Amino acid sequence: MNFQLTREQELTKKMVEKFCEEVVAPVADDMDVEHEFPVDIVKQMGELGMMGIMWPKEYGGAGGDYIQYCEVIERLTAAHAAVGTVVAAHTSLCTGPIYYYGTEEQKQEWMVPLAKGERLGAFGLTEADAGSDSGATQTTAVDMGDHWLINGSKIFITNAGYADTFVITAMTDKKLGTRGGISFFIIDKDDPGFSTGAEEDKLGIRCSSTRELIFEDCKIPKDRLVGKVGQGFKIAMGTLEKARIGVAAQGVGVAQGAFEITKEYMGQRKQFGKTINKFQYPAFTMAELYTRIEAARLLVMRAADLADKGMPCGTESAMAKFYASEIAMDMATKGVQFHGGYGFINDYSIQRYFRDAKIMEIYEGTSEIQKLIVSGAILR
Amino acid sequence: MKAIVCVKQVPDTSGVVAVKADGTMDRAAMATITNHDDLAAVEAALELKDKTGCEVIVVSMGPPPAEGMLRELIAMGADRGVLISAREFGGSDTYATSQIIAAAVNKIGVDKEDVVFCGRQAIDGDTAQVGPQIAEKLGLPQVTYAADIDKDGDKLTIKRLLEDGHMMLSVETPCLVTTVKELNNPRYMNVGLIQECFDKPLDIFDYEALKDEPLIDPDTIGLEGSPTNVYKSFSPPAKGACQMLEGSDRGTVDELTGILADKHLI
Repeated sequence: MNFQLTREQELTKKMVEKFCEEVVAPVADDMDVEHEFPVDIVKQMGELGMMGIMWPKEYGGAGGDYIQYCEVIERLTAAHAAVGTVVAAHTSLCTGPIYYYGTEEQKQEWMVPLAKGERLGAFGLTEADAGSDSGATQTTAVDMGDHWLINGSKIFITNAGYADTFVITAMTDKKLGTRGGISFFIIDKDDPGFSTGAEEDKLGIRCSSTRELIFEDCKIPKDRLVGKVGQGFKIAMGTLEKARIGVAAQGVGVAQGAFEITKEYMGQRKQFGKTINKFQYPAFTMAELYTRIEAARLLVMRAADLADKGMPCGTESAMAKFYASEIAMDMATKGVQFHGGYGFINDYSIQRYFRDAKIMEIYEGTSEIQKLIVSGAILR
Repeated sequence: MKAIVCVKQVPDTSGVVAVKADGTMDRAAMATITNHDDLAAVEAALELKDKTGCEVIVVSMGPPPAEGMLRELIAMGADRGVLISAREFGGSDTYATSQIIAAAVNKIGVDKEDVVFCGRQAIDGDTAQVGPQIAEKLGLPQVTYAADIDKDGDKLTIKRLLEDGHMMLSVETPCLVTTVKELNNPRYMNVGLIQECFDKPLDIFDYEALKDEPLIDPDTIGLEGSPTNVYKSFSPPAKGACQMLEGSDRGTVDELTGILADKHLI
């Protein structure tokens, strides 16, 4: 057991802290008000190797590991949650399955530009009637001999408005259902018959792009199938298993960011002749919250370490995700409370964390789904 | 072609100054950063690398932990590092330091098209002497306070930042340029390069490695050999709170003169 970061992990942390302090944090509140997608920040992150941290260099990545990826996601999210969302969806959800399940040709053609940050990625699983029950996919892909024909739609797709490459699930054999009936495909934004819907107006992470994907007789080449026909559900679940580590890191990031803002405020705000951090109730509450943030971070690092070692991490990533998203919500809630009336005013950043925290308990598997995974594993 | 960049690790200005018994700073006891003007020099060299593909070598004189700074500069894009570190060099003033660094740069080798970069001055000593002295000792033409650099073949066109304006100069390589932090925005470390930075070459030049260099005079290096000696280093006492007086009328002036008179300043 080793809780020391490696030299590379230390430097990555130092680098992302500086980047966030100088580039991300100063614009976060204004961008949130404007619902502005962080185009320039994403471009800069690509140049700095932050859009493919844990992928090997031969596939365009930075050659780092999941721990470094989590450090970056946590700090980005602590500064501006939507930016963390963009990177996580791009890296884990879109590039991930091409790396783990794609052919060498698919990796060269699709993964390299994604990992280098030259193209942005998105992942489409959820449908109007297939949320937690993602096996109930209605979108279909039909083998037309020389191409696949896709029809249907996906909803709530992160990065959709700005992505160049999409990976999606579609039903190839309804009779077989979840096990063997769903397949996994790569979509290019310019594929004929493919389009995206209007931007969703969201409670939080308002600078991320969330849209519907629409397939109307969308024609794609045969070589866009990832894995074998019928492996789609397995690929999607395998992808989510590792991607949850990133969402858990986002949860820690929201909590950490809310903690830092609240700590600063409590050190300045005076009531009854002293700063409010001198009162025992808020001080003890902050001590409890900080302990839970650190516990969540350790769960994240544990899951990341397993992923780095190529070991199964489904249960650990599920525990990390629901625990971290819970502390994100609790910290943000207490953060607003300790800000008092100011916490309810949009001029103060803490309200952004409060709104951003909620999605952590919902996307990439709700907290309830995570508990289903954990209970299934421990009560067998 | 090479760009050799001389860099100093300096105390973090937001921290407290620790002083040793001999009056020099206790660098090991203070948090450190890369000197701002030197980071501009590194960025200038990396921009030259982006344009010409030249090799960038970062050189620093300091205690062994300065290797960490050099690794960070390699993670920004430098190709290799040289750390000049020996007990014999400790406590050197600018005269001794420039002698040692010049010897190290000479050992690395300065060819026809090469450029040596230094930051204008370090935030700890604030002398702005080391860069120019290195140039003198190496017999290189020097341009100080560079705020803009353009390279065309073996010619550099440099905009010098002066107090009351700018001066445009053209200089042939090899030469030495000192940079000001206004020159550029230093890039961040790159995650991919972070993975490689600990495997890139980093040579340690100790006393043994440099003692036979013609530029080194063993009698004029280190604390003992330095012509200037630091009498005392200290953190200045914090100034009292500033009192602002509003208004431009006679009453305000009277109030001001009253305060000054109370303090026996007038």
